[in-house]
This record gives sequence, C-alpha cells and structure tokens, in this order.
Amino acid sequence: MKLTINDVTHDFEADPEMPLLWVLRDILDIKGPKFGCGVAACGACTVLVDGVPVRSCSEPVGYVEGAITTIEGLADGDKLHAVQEAWLAHQVPQCGYCQSGQIMAAVALLDEVLQPTDADIDGAMTNLCRCGTYPKIRAAIKDAAQNLEG
Amino acid sequence: MGRIAKYTRRTFLGIGAVAAGGFAVGYYYYRKPYENPLEAALAEGETTFNLFVKIAADNTITIIAPRAEMGQGIQTTLAALVAEELDVTPSDVVVEHGPASPAYLNQAMLRMGGPFPWFDESFGAGALRGTMGVVSKFLGLQVTGGSSATIDAFQKMREAGCVAREMLKAAAAERWGVSAGSLQTADGVVTNPANGETLTYGALAAQAALLNPPSDLELRPRSEWKLLGKPVDRVEGREKVTGGRIFGIDVQLPDMLHATVKMSPRFGVGAKSVDINPALQVPGVIDVQEIKTNTGQGFGIIAENTWAAFQGAEALDVIWEDAPYPLDDAGMGALFDAALADGEAFELGGSGDVETVFAEAEPDDILEVDYKVPFLAHATMEPMNATAQFRDGKLELWLGTQAPGISQMVAASLLGIETEDVTVHTTHLGGGFGRRGEADFPLYAAALAAKTDGRPVKVTWTREEDTRHDVYRPRVEAKMRAVIRDGEAVALDIRSAAPAIMPSVIGRTFPSFPAPPDDEPILDGLFNQPLGIANRRYQGVVVDLPIPVGFWRSVGNSQNGYFHEAFMDEMAEKAGRDPLEFRLSLLQAPEHAPAKAVLEKVGEMSGWGTPGPDGTAKGIAHMLSFGTWVAQVVQLRDEDGAIRIEKVWCAADPGEVLDPRNFEAQMISGINFGLSQALGQKITFADGEVQEGNFYDFDAMRMWQSPEIEVAILETAPKMGGAGEPGTPPALPALANAIYALTGERIRTAPLSDTVTFV
Repeated sequence: MKLTINDVTHDFEADPEMPLLWVLRDILDIKGPKFGCGVAACGACTVLVDGVPVRSCSEPVGYVEGAITTIEGLADGDKLHAVQEAWLAHQVPQCGYCQSGQIMAAVALLDEVLQPTDADIDGAMTNLCRCGTYPKIRAAIKDAAQNLEG
Repeated sequence: MGRIAKYTRRTFLGIGAVAAGGFAVGYYYYRKPYENPLEAALAEGETTFNLFVKIAADNTITIIAPRAEMGQGIQTTLAALVAEELDVTPSDVVVEHGPASPAYLNQAMLRMGGPFPWFDESFGAGALRGTMGVVSKFLGLQVTGGSSATIDAFQKMREAGCVAREMLKAAAAERWGVSAGSLQTADGVVTNPANGETLTYGALAAQAALLNPPSDLELRPRSEWKLLGKPVDRVEGREKVTGGRIFGIDVQLPDMLHATVKMSPRFGVGAKSVDINPALQVPGVIDVQEIKTNTGQGFGIIAENTWAAFQGAEALDVIWEDAPYPLDDAGMGALFDAALADGEAFELGGSGDVETVFAEAEPDDILEVDYKVPFLAHATMEPMNATAQFRDGKLELWLGTQAPGISQMVAASLLGIETEDVTVHTTHLGGGFGRRGEADFPLYAAALAAKTDGRPVKVTWTREEDTRHDVYRPRVEAKMRAVIRDGEAVALDIRSAAPAIMPSVIGRTFPSFPAPPDDEPILDGLFNQPLGIANRRYQGVVVDLPIPVGFWRSVGNSQNGYFHEAFMDEMAEKAGRDPLEFRLSLLQAPEHAPAKAVLEKVGEMSGWGTPGPDGTAKGIAHMLSFGTWVAQVVQLRDEDGAIRIEKVWCAADPGEVLDPRNFEAQMISGINFGLSQALGQKITFADGEVQEGNFYDFDAMRMWQSPEIEVAILETAPKMGGAGEPGTPPALPALANAIYALTGERIRTAPLSDTVTFV
C-alpha cells in the first residue's frame, strides 16, 4: 500500500482493515497521533486527510484517500505552525496526551473559519481533554486566528 | 572519567530534620543516607554533585526532577527550585526524571496524610507527621501523589542547587587563587568580577565535585528569586505541541513485540476455561499467555502489532469464574445499608457530645439526609501501557508511572529476581490522577516479557480494558445529621460507609504487609475541615466489598467535599441564613483564617449577594485539602430546561505559590475534573462486571460544556499546600448548591445528571 504522509510517500504492507492510527504508530513509527479510545470518541488520534480532520483510530487504512498530515508535519522545519505557537504562548498542554489531536482539530477549524466564534469553537473542538485545558485551548485558537490573519 | 567525590554530608537534604518521636528502633538505619543512584550511571565526562545535579564537561547541565510529570507541571517547578540556586535557566538545561531509587522518596506525602487536620499544630499531630515521614523513608517510597511534590522538594532541591553552585565557585576560586566569596555565577558560568575572567560549570565540574560540600547553606530569600514565584514555561512544552515521543505508549525498541491483555472482568477470580485457538488464528497474533498476579488474572495476547493483539483479545474465548461478591449495584447496596445501620465504626476528629445533643433536641431542629456517590474510573487519556524486556535475568521497564519503586519491587517479586535487577525508565504520563501509581500494568508487561525469549514487548490496554480494570474511586454512602437551633448549628453527625482504599491498595501491591485497622480516606475531607461547631462526630464504616478501589484525584475529599459542603448549604437553609454568611460565622477560630479569607474573596469576585441576570443562579463551597484552602462559586444558566455551567470563580490559598500561572492551571484542571463527575460519570455493575467501557458511556466534560473560570490566588496561609488535587473537591458541591438555587431541587446523589439535564 502507498500513502503520502507529511509530504513523504510511504510504501508498506498492512491489512486494509487495520485502522490508519495503527499503521501510523506501529508500522510507520509516526507516534504523534495518539490512541485514546479506538471508537472515534475522544479525538486523540486526529490527523488531516486533505485538510479534513479524521479520527484515525476508526478509519480503515484501505479506505484512506488523500494526503495525510499528522502533528509531525505541521511545522516548517524549526518554525512552528501559528496554532502550535499559540499553544505554547498560552501554555495550553498539561499532560499533553490529547494535544496532538486538539491542535490538528484547531488547524482544520482555522482553515475553514478565519475568525471562529465561541460557538464555532464549541462545534468543531469536540476532542476530549481530561486535564480540562478547554479555556486555554479556546484562548489559543482565538490568538492563532489573529496571528494567521495578520 | 575521573573519581567521583562521594557526597559525605547528605543531611543537608533535609532528611535529618524530621523528628523521629517514639521511633527509636532502627534510628541508625533511618539516619543512614541513601547512595546517590546517579553515580552508577554517569556518562563519559559527567559529574554528579548530589541526587539532583549532573554537569558534563561540555557544560550540559542536567537536573533530576524525580516526580512523575502527568500534566501538573511538576518537572518544571522542581527544575526551577534547583535552577534558582544553581543560577541556570530551566530552558537551557536537561530535565530528567532520573532512575527509580529510594533516595528519591516522598516524605511529604506520608507526612501530610495523618489523621489530624492540616491546621492542627499540636504536639501529637507534629509527632505523627514526623513518624509518617520516617515510615516513608523505610519504605523508600518514590511516589508522586497527594499533591505533595513541591512541599517535599522545596527545601531539599534548592539546597541541592546551592551546594553545587558553592562547590563550583570554590573550584574556580582555587584555580584563580581568589576567594570564592568574591565570585559571581549566572547562566552556568562563574565570573571573577575583578578581571572579567570566566569559567563554565562544565569546565569546573570534575574538580568541584572533589571538594568538600559547604557546611553552612544560605538559601536565597524570596525577595531575590528570579524564577520561583513567577511563571516558568514548561520544559517539555515544545514536545507537547509537536507530537513528541514522550509517553509510555510511544516507546519503540528494536525487535519489539506488541501485546494487549484480557483480564478477568470479575475481580479476584480467573478463567474457568479458555480456548486460545480463535485468538491464534487472527493474522499477526503470535502467542497467548496466561497471566496470574496479585492484581488480576487473565491472558496476554502477543502480536506483531497492537491492532492484531486487540483483535486477538476479542477473539479469545474465555469463560470466567463467578464473582465472589454481590453481582450488581442493588446487591452491593445491601452491604452499604447494613454498614450504615449497624456496622462497626471508627471515629476521627470530632468534639463535644453529639449523642446527648441529639437526644435532647426538638425533632423540628434536626436535619437528617442521605448522600451517595458511585464508583468512578480515572479515565486517563493514555490507556494503561508498559513496555518490558527480560534478558539474562534482568528486567527493563519503560512506563509512565507515579511509583517507579513500586513497579520495580512488584516486577522483581513476580519474576523472582532482585529489585536491583529491574531498571525502570519513567516516561511522561498521559494523565495519572492516582491511577498510575498502581502495579498492575507493569506487572502484566513483566509477566509477558518473561515469555518472549528476550524480545521487548509493549503491552497496551484497550480503553475498555482500562475502564473495566481500574482501581475505582469507591462508591460511598453517608448519613448526615445536624441540630440547628435558633439559626445556629449546634451539632453535626456524619456516618459514612465505603470500601476501604488502603487495605485494597496494600492487599494487591504488598500482600505480606499488614493492612491498617481503619481507612482514613473514608473520612478525609470531613473530620479535618475547619468548622466551629461545638458538637461534631465523624464515623467511618468499612464496607467489605472486594472491588479494587484506589486513589482518585483528591481521594476521600472527592466525595466528602460534596457531602460536607452540600449539607452545609442545607444547614444554612434550615438556619434561615445565607450560605456564605453561615459558613463565615463558623470560621471564627484564628487557625481557620485562610478559609474565611478565600470565602470572602470568592464572594467579592462573584458578586455574591447581588442577584445575577434572570435565569442564572450561584452556589458556593469551600474545602481544605492537601494543605490548600479553596473556595469556589459556580454560576448556572437555565437554557430551555437544560443547565449550563456558565462560570466558576475560585479563590485559593496554598500559603506560598512557586509558579502562579501553573497553580492557576491546576485549579482550572481540578475544577473541570470535579465538575465532570456531575455530568454522567458512574461505574455500575451487572453480573459482577463493570458495565461501562468507553467514552460513550463514561465521558467527561467537553469544550461545549466547559465554563469560564476565574482564579484568584491568596498567600496568607502559614504552610505551603499542594496544587494538583485541591481544586477538585469544592467544584461538585458548589454546582449542586447552584442547582438548588436555580431549581429548588436538592440533589444528594451523584452523578447529578441522573436528576437534571446538563447542556
């Protein structure tokens, strides 16, 4: 099978039923997307497929069509994506385990909506965070929106 | 590598300062210092000054922060303690968890846990806190828990930085032939201001470590702090926004196998029969092995990848033995009823003569109600996992653990090897909340590593396995009684029943240790609250129910905050008084002053007493837990019959704050964790098995439910308190009290979502 991940083409063998998450983590050793629930309920495994957020734990790899971006592919060399910068500026992460998925969901939101309202954020940011970092995620998204616009 | 100076004067670590009242036996052992475990594993050109500081010739400076980073920011704060004295910047140094070693014991954790209120400075309380510290030294507990890490480290890690700095200055003074007192240090460099000459710490380290450590240490006063008392960016921040491979589940080793476990869904029993063939037929599955440990019995499914292992576990055909306890919630309820009716109780704290006051009270003056909370899972974002490799009689473990020493001991005992033959690599933790101090996940990895011919194996649990094999926050039921006469609280009587945490933990972890006779967590957060009621009694009854229970963020305070503070509102109402004014009137003792201060502050922040907008209502609560005094006001809004948690104000006093931004983040985290309990969390039983399995039936607060939160920090309390847990206990009762204010309904059973609908 063949997939383009973070602009690199990967050739590999896998059961087409295997969820994309386990192909990324166990076969291709891309560890940014995390395993949280296995049923698309928490979003820790969120990656972008052609810019659309996908919960990779429940997406059989055989069905995946399009270029994949994981958290590892967001930065441009040492230069972080505006969302990552905002996450650092607000010191969002606590345990950090859900944050790869949160950041990917936020990147997808800001691609769709330049200046998201609170309701936009509530609607798009459905990933679970057990550390309860939601107020900081919200503030960071708004800041990132400003910075992307400017 | 040169000879490493033995650090001869280790009492500076503060260990010697603990009074060993009534603990004469073994006094010598107690005073004997631990070896510095860093000495055994120094790299070429590296020098260690003490347990917390390593400096390499190339000026790489490493600070050991030997507590689990599970989101609470502890590694950054611990690094700042050393850095403040060592004159380095946390972002310029390497911060490592370091090896598992009894030298990194957490004495503060056990000292904070005694059966005395935090504000009790009596001789008895002091002696007992001292004794608990001594016990912790014997056990060598390197544990992250009890919101105790900064309290434990505050003195000893600053001293470690100070000692290293003074030795480096002394080495430079020797080289330059000047007095050490004339030299300056900054950013890892010693400077002679007389001529501008400089030497890096790296250039001095090997020589400095041979010198005698200073005998008199003068730690910098707060007024001179550059890092402490101010926000410091997380040392691991960048890794956490770039997908860094920092968690246990990210461990990747050459030739590594993947596995999962399928343990008995009924506690304390194993398989009646099993057919492993359906599992072995799953492509990618290599082997199925039986696991028998103190923490659980079942099977490990070893495969080429995690997905295959998960499918193998699903295919494995097992019939489990019957549960040796009541099978469902109703059956278990009978045990609670019996315990509350006539079970043998233990008492903690209290005062006056409750029996007489109640016997003589007018029936109209008595308030009597029952409160209940269910079992709860921790639901850390990262499911339990550990990686193990067993070769040549030695075991290596990689895992995110709150208790590396316990992992080491139990794994050694399972494999019949020495504790020293187990090496533990502690990774970052994708959430802990008390769950990751347990021995089960390292044990199962060790058991499977013994069957893989020396190949490493990563054992990842499914979410369902994690939810159904937790060590739960106990189900607790309490009878609350009060006598309110002429608008005043005269007596408070609480009788609470729950499965005991300490015997459960000790029984599965160290089965040969005697369990304590009673269980302080059942009453923690009740008997030790600041409260000026003359007649008080707190009785705990242990419910003999062998469901594994454990430490869940804020432990006993998690239910007792709800019981105490929701009932306080009921008492205020019966007294015909405002809930805030009523509380303040019961906090007149000088030692209760911080409670009064945070309540007054949160009242002011929230505009308590002035009616809010239409369709809104507020509730208030205060709890002292883990040494920190926290008052919260929750404001709700009625949205077409559904309740929105709109805003939370929080005033907290931990005495002294080392990182205010991080402390605020911990309050926010604790509040959202506490509120999550209300929104549907309950673990229920049928056929002896936990019914909930994943986030669709055991969820937590989501973004669209999360309130705006405003935190004020006070620093008036006389002793330093913790940060990770004390935000949690007041959140649920403040919410319940706000619901009463909004709807007129008293909810005395959690989750509150069983009674009302939330947004």
